Formats: sequence, structure tokens, C-alpha cells
Amino acid sequence: MGDLLRGKVWKFGDDINTDLVIPNFAVLMTKEEQLEHVFSANRPGWKDEVQPGDVLVAGRNFGVGSARPIGDMFVGLGVSVVVAESFNGLGLRNCINVGLPSLPCPGVLDAFEEGDVAEVDWKSGAVRNVTKGTSLQGAPVPDVLQQIVIAGGVEAVLRNEGYLVRK
Amino acid sequence: MGMTSVEKILASHSDQETVKVGDVVVVDVDIIVSFDSMRSDIAKIADPDKLVLLFDHQVPAPTVRAANMAIALREFVEKFGVKRYFPVGQHGISHVLVAQEGIALPGKILANPDSHTCSSGALNCLARGMGPSEMLHIVCKGQTWFLVGPTTKIVIEGELPERVYPRDVIHYIPGEYGDFAGRNLEWHGDGLAGIDMDGRLTMATISAELSAEFSLFPFDPVLDKYLEGRAKGPFEPVFPDDDAEYDRVITVDLSSLEPQVVLPNKVANNVKPVREMAGQRVDQAFIGSCANGRLSDFAVAADVVKGRQVAPGTRFIVTPGSQAILKEAIRLGYVETLMDAGAVVTSSTCGACFGGHMGLLGDGESCITASTRNFKGRMGSPNAQIFMGSPATVAASAITGVITDPREF
Repeated sequence: MGDLLRGKVWKFGDDINTDLVIPNFAVLMTKEEQLEHVFSANRPGWKDEVQPGDVLVAGRNFGVGSARPIGDMFVGLGVSVVVAESFNGLGLRNCINVGLPSLPCPGVLDAFEEGDVAEVDWKSGAVRNVTKGTSLQGAPVPDVLQQIVIAGGVEAVLRNEGYLVRK
Repeated sequence: MGMTSVEKILASHSDQETVKVGDVVVVDVDIIVSFDSMRSDIAKIADPDKLVLLFDHQVPAPTVRAANMAIALREFVEKFGVKRYFPVGQHGISHVLVAQEGIALPGKILANPDSHTCSSGALNCLARGMGPSEMLHIVCKGQTWFLVGPTTKIVIEGELPERVYPRDVIHYIPGEYGDFAGRNLEWHGDGLAGIDMDGRLTMATISAELSAEFSLFPFDPVLDKYLEGRAKGPFEPVFPDDDAEYDRVITVDLSSLEPQVVLPNKVANNVKPVREMAGQRVDQAFIGSCANGRLSDFAVAADVVKGRQVAPGTRFIVTPGSQAILKEAIRLGYVETLMDAGAVVTSSTCGACFGGHMGLLGDGESCITASTRNFKGRMGSPNAQIFMGSPATVAASAITGVITDPREF
């Protein structure tokens, strides 16, 4: 993947929880079926509007809730990066482990309106609002987590390093 | 600036001198616990001596799939020479076993896929449920990372009144204060001296329902005594710095508490005194799980039901946290007392707690349980109602067939 991710911004608020991303009734469905229900409770129809390469901007405590694999949903919908005021620990783990670029960035909600174009270097933390011509600096996740994302997630890392073998 | 106990344990397992809120810390994991199965495509692992493997959610296997998963776990034990392995017959729920066997120790970091892993915080051990994909990484590489959240200090004072238990304390706190998502809990106060290890394990386990990251109890004379002759290795207890920073301090006066029941389908802000729910019908009463399946829970249940009968139309199921606990409960006469009253005592497993086996709920049924969680559909039918109470509340309710304040017994 390129270092600079450029895409249209979608804005969400604080405490975006796992049950909004994958509703309870969808937990035992296949990944493909689950994609149909992302944010069906709080923002129905969004999953049809979001385009591959778009950027998800969120408030505090992104991804709070259970261990259900919300990262898969955003990857499946083509979201290129999640930039949040702050991540919930489990939420961050969910995203990193499936290879979804994630950047904690205090101030990001104020810096963007929905529809603005963002340019995000999630490894250095540099964020630019292309539409408004403003910039801000996020707090990139440590290198060890970046390596997991770059490799494509936890399983990919383990496979590359010979811990997992194809049977 | 000083560190809390949680921050200190993280720092000591990382290459950072100090750790503060907001940091992402990479740490070595000391104790790696898993259960029921292991992936057969794992070719190499960090250190088999760090592993603890066992069966708990589905033991003995209730389905062919579970039986085949168990075969994969046995093959893994064999392949990597895992020494800390608890086969069927010596089994128990993971969080019960790691305490019982002196494996979870002060100052250590413990990982397990299961969400109630915070249970081992009762032993001054930093323990967290990590989910299956992160556990795969931990088994293979022996390391993980944590996003450091703020720590809330909970000060316990006073003494529990008659028929009020640690389970009621850990219901009262989220009832009053709500959720603690992204936060660590650190337990303090003179009142802790009156809470035994079984009680602390209950409170640490149910901390998962408060969404806490870690729930850490202190190393004190109670824990010291528990570990004497039991601890399976050396350990270094951890204490917070005097100038550690907490995001808030909550004080709980045990003497003012009464039995607390959690209403369906969540815990935070959803707790009432038992007397306010008295009269709600119960079809099934359950005692068990990593929350309350220990010997003292058997003792309380037996004490409540002795000389009485389970209400007609109500099922009372008791599932021990380990086979060792079951054996001791038999020896002490608790099992006979429970069976004389009409209760079912099963072998050790998570069982009904997560709707696995040994007592699921049917459509429209109501259950009062001392297990871990009451999400909709957790114990079987999504149309069942799950209330949660202490073992005394559960046993009293089993006798009357309705939710009952145990102070009446």
C-alpha cells in the first residue's frame, strides 16, 4: 500500500461500539452477509454510500465493546484508514489484527467536515485536509503494530515468519 | 509522576522505564492460557513452558465438533511438550484452575482468549481476555501490546452484613456507577481484609461485565496466605506509587450494602436490590462458572437449602469450577445436601453459563444465575430472561421458585 492515503471523509461520533458495526443478530452470519448490516442501527444505507478508498473519521473510544471482528467490516467495505480522536483498546486491536490502518489523532473531528478530502500518512501521523488546506499531527501507533498492518494482519505476519504452515 | 500497579506491571514487562495513560506498550507475556482446542497449523511457538492448556467450555465433549477440537488440543500438547496440561478428569474452568493451582501469580502478565480472564487480577496478576486472533500471536511469539487506559481506584471499607456477599458488591458498583470501558480498576481499602480469595475472584471475574480492562487486587496478608504452599514459582508483588494518578476514586462502604440483582440483559446501570424484584418467577436457578463455582459458593448454597426442597417447576443446577472443588464439596457433604433438596450437581465445565450444555433455557423462561453474563440469548433461548444474583440469592430463589432476598433464609 502507498504511504499516503487519500480519500473522502465520513464522520462519526464518540463511542462507536462493536454492536453498531456488527449487530447482535448478525454475529453468526458470514462476513459477506454481515457487510449488509454495518451501521444499520445508527446510519442505515451508509454501507452502500461508502466507496473503496474512503476515510473514516471518528470521535473518542472508537470500537468499544466486544471482541467481534469489526476491522473485517471496514476492510470489506474498502475503508482505507480509520482516524479517530481516540481508540478503545479492544477496538484498536480489532482493526490492527486484520490489517486496517488506524491513526489516533486528537483534534481530527474539528479538522474535518464530512465530504472533505483527507490525505493521511498513518505511519508518520501527518494528516491533511486537502479541501480546506489545513494540517494536523496524529499520534501514530508503534512500529510493532504498524508492521502487523503492513503485513496484512496477524495471521499474515505469523505465516510470513514461519509460525503457521499451510496444511 | 508515579505509576499505578497496572502501569508498573506493564512497564516491567516492556522496554519502557515508565508507562502512562495513552501509551501503546509492547509486553512479554508470562502465562499463556488456552482451552478446548488449538490450531493444527501452528509450526513453532515461543515457549511451551509458558503455556497452560485445558478443557472447560465443552467438557466432556457435548458434540462431535467439540470432540474433534479436543483431539487437536491433545495433539498440540504432544507435539510441543506442554507440561501444564489439565486433561479430562483433572479439569476445571481456566480462571478457576490458574488460581487453584498457583499458576496466576502477583506481578505477572497472563493472557487467555476468554473475556473473563481479568479474574486473575484477584491474585495481583495482570490478566486480560485477548480474543482468538491475538492469542494466536501470543502463543507463537510470546508478546502482545496494550493501549494503556486510566485507572480508577476503588476503596472498600466496612464489613459485609449477613447474607450480603462479594457478588453483591460487584453488582452494586456498576449499578451505581455504570460502565468502566477502557479503564483499569485497582482495589484498595481496609474492607478488603474481610473479603476472602473466593470473593475477590468473583469480583475480578465480574469486572469484565463492567467493561474494565484490568481489575487488580493488592498483595496483602489474605493473598499471601492463599499462595503459601500453592504458588508454582517465585513472584514479585506490585504496589502502586504514593504519587500514582487515578482518574477517579470510588469509596464503597460494605456495611451499607444489601443483596443486589442484575436485571436482563446487561449490567451497567441495570441493578436493583433483590427485595425490589422479589416475586419474579424463576424456572431455573444456576450456580457455577468462573464467577461463583467455588467451594464457598457450594457451602453457602448448601446452607440455604439444607432441610428444604427446590420449588416444584424450578430447576436448580450447580456446576463446580473444577473437579477438585467438586471432590471437596462431596467430602464436606455439600453435594448430598444439595441433591437431597432436589438440586442437580454436574461435573465441572462452563456449561450453562454460556449456553453450551448442562442446562440451557427454553423460550420464555426466567433464570436467576450466579454465572458471569446475562446478555440476551446467553444461556439458550433469546426469549429467556436472565437475572444475576449471589449464590445465596440464587439458592433462596430455587427454594421459593421466585426471586427471593436471601436474608429471609
